[in-house]
Amino acid sequence: MKLFNHLRTLNTHHRILRNRFHPLFNNTNFFSDASSPQQSTTPHVQQPSPPSSLNRNELAKFAAIAESWWDFDGPFKPLHVMNPTRLAFIRSALCRHFKKDPYSAKPLEGLKIADVGCGGGILSEPLARMGATVTGIDAVEKNINIARLHAESDPATSTIEFCCTTAEKLVEEGRRFDAVMALEVIEHVAEPAEFCKSLAALTIPDGATIISTINRSMRAYATAIVAAEYILRWLPMGTHEWSSFLTPEELVLILQRAGINVEEMAGFTYNPVTGRWSLSDDISVNFIAMGTKTNNTE
Amino acid sequence: MNKVMKKTVSNVCALKIPRKFFCSETVKVAGSTDFVPSNEHEKRPIISEVIPEYDIAIVGGGMVGMSLACFLASMPMTKQLSVAIIDSNPALGSGISIQREDPPDPRVSTVTPASISFLQDAGAWKYVEQNRHAYFKKMQVWDYTGFGYARYDAGDVNKDFLGCVAENKVLHSALLSCVKDSDFKTTFYPLRLTSMTLNTNSMSTVKESIPSKELPSAQGHTSKLQLSDGSSIYAKLVVGADGGKSRVRELAGFKTTGWNYSQNAIICTVEHTSANHCAWQRFLPSGPIALLPMGDNFSNIVWTMSPTESNDRKSITEEMFLKDVNSALDDGHGPHPMSSSLGTRDLFSWLKMDATLSANEFFEIPPKAIRMASKRMVFPLSLRHANSYASKRVVLIGDAAHTIHPLAGQGVNLGFGDAFSLSRVIAEGIALGSDIGEVNLLKKYETDRKPANVAMMALLDGFQKAYAVDFGPFNFLRAAAFNGANLISPLKRRIISYASGENKLPIFFGA
Repeated sequence: MKLFNHLRTLNTHHRILRNRFHPLFNNTNFFSDASSPQQSTTPHVQQPSPPSSLNRNELAKFAAIAESWWDFDGPFKPLHVMNPTRLAFIRSALCRHFKKDPYSAKPLEGLKIADVGCGGGILSEPLARMGATVTGIDAVEKNINIARLHAESDPATSTIEFCCTTAEKLVEEGRRFDAVMALEVIEHVAEPAEFCKSLAALTIPDGATIISTINRSMRAYATAIVAAEYILRWLPMGTHEWSSFLTPEELVLILQRAGINVEEMAGFTYNPVTGRWSLSDDISVNFIAMGTKTNNTE
Repeated sequence: MNKVMKKTVSNVCALKIPRKFFCSETVKVAGSTDFVPSNEHEKRPIISEVIPEYDIAIVGGGMVGMSLACFLASMPMTKQLSVAIIDSNPALGSGISIQREDPPDPRVSTVTPASISFLQDAGAWKYVEQNRHAYFKKMQVWDYTGFGYARYDAGDVNKDFLGCVAENKVLHSALLSCVKDSDFKTTFYPLRLTSMTLNTNSMSTVKESIPSKELPSAQGHTSKLQLSDGSSIYAKLVVGADGGKSRVRELAGFKTTGWNYSQNAIICTVEHTSANHCAWQRFLPSGPIALLPMGDNFSNIVWTMSPTESNDRKSITEEMFLKDVNSALDDGHGPHPMSSSLGTRDLFSWLKMDATLSANEFFEIPPKAIRMASKRMVFPLSLRHANSYASKRVVLIGDAAHTIHPLAGQGVNLGFGDAFSLSRVIAEGIALGSDIGEVNLLKKYETDRKPANVAMMALLDGFQKAYAVDFGPFNFLRAAAFNGANLISPLKRRIISYASGENKLPIFFGA
């Protein structure tokens, strides 16, 4: 049950990233009129305090949403539960690759990291606390507003740059990062190969790219699609297209074509007894890969 | 990650952390007022409009609160944290000076080997050893019926000692010295906590009519603590280590379950003609009496009895009280147990393991107390347990979370265990970039500690109920007493493993 729940939430997350927003949870109705005042906000400009044009009622509405993104018992609970496991992989992979001190409280200090599809900033904030200079991007402006509002509350995360944009646009702007993260995004992307090229283009030579997704395995099919969508009806049918999932082999291949050599890979396994995720070598459902960009591309 | 964490814990020296952390960055405290705190910590950073901000506020600088500070100071992940310690005891700031010649304080703790190893790793135990303390290698437990007795030796379980008795002030000052001698950033506030704003729903504050300059973002990530002199501080995490009557617990709205036992304990210090090296406990009809070695020629008495008896025994003359003590530890209320060669051991011999350990040695009579070395103090016995240990930005440790006994004994060991566990959870949270006040993180501590504490409490309470007289302050001895009294073996193992602080490893019967 819990596993499906996880998948449901992960999927919810993705759908937001894809800008195919469905009123899946109650808070959605808050969005109805909230986006208009926020449109005056220029992306890329960091906003230490909410813009003056924003009235307090609107702010309260955003706050309610942000709290649900950040409510550990709310709809995003499974994502929160999974987050430490993803971060454990990212931390150790980046420490190894960039030769950072794993005993440091801020091992990622000095690294510029892009979090592509950042949602409410669940990954961006911990990366910033670990010392990284983080840019979180998401195609959904509402997510960006939420992420920005939440991150401002802590000086350790208020330095995160949140932009409502896409990876492709960042490439056009000529932005480059030491490390680029795209967690639980690629399975919802129309052209995974093109997407990987964009990620590669955002990564500096010898930089790191980290991608996590769902495998196109029978187990993933059973849990993410048959159970979650058809039997339990947690998700509208058609949320996931199984055929668009990537197997680890395919991911390695398209990353290689984009100039990224996958160096580390791990699976996430869920223990229904403890309710915790852990890293394992079982990549049959959820998996994460870290690759480095070769020098000779572009 | 576990691997990384373990390495982290062991590799204390590999530290390359910039001193700059949360607190030394530009901190927005009150809306538009930005300030950069100076690196030197002012003793009383109370400047109007500027509210100091800390990573952790430990409310209660007693043994458990200070042990948390020690554990945090000893780990690379946590030693850069800025910590405020709030305790109305002014001695915390100046330090507690202890003279070896000082008369022994009757408030003592029996520190288990497990707690000792935590304190050794944190670098605090060496300070304990500079003052009066007493390791004991042997103990003897018997009861007034003359029916059985048990003797234990540390050698039986391949340990150097079974425990160590130290005065609470010695433990406390050791922990204080340990924190002061480290480069850990702590600020002492010799004040009381008066109120607390937790901001659990930080952003909903927008709805309230707050002066426009105080935006919700200003303190969404912190708790605000109001102190008794009217000043305030902010902290990402508030740790309630303020004892059985915890103010933090009350302010944060944690509910408790508990009851009082209609028993009191008298504690005092007595002197012998020569040093006592053994821990003794005898079960009397009204409750157990324990004689614990304290170092030099002193011993500590912990004697449980009904409230009427305790009031009587508190008011009688010292001579009469000494006479009562000596009689209670000798042949008062009943005869000495028969020597092991006669019958007693045969009763237990079906328990093969026991035969190899206990009862091989002859019964001994404890050394006589010749003089009172302290006043007699009386404490009621009670049990209290917080239904939850953690919520957003608040966590309870030690007696604030669970009172098993007003005397130290096992209580302080549970408290050290809590502090140790919490420090590890915080370190793990920092390693993974978590907000250390997040309830999701803090619940890990609760999950880690609650079963251990509840099990201990249930065991003790079960004993209290089943053997109404047998609720003693010294669980280790009592557990052994039950062994002597021939309880069921698996239960015994659990008791003793708990009592010795090694929850998973029954040290006595390590088969």
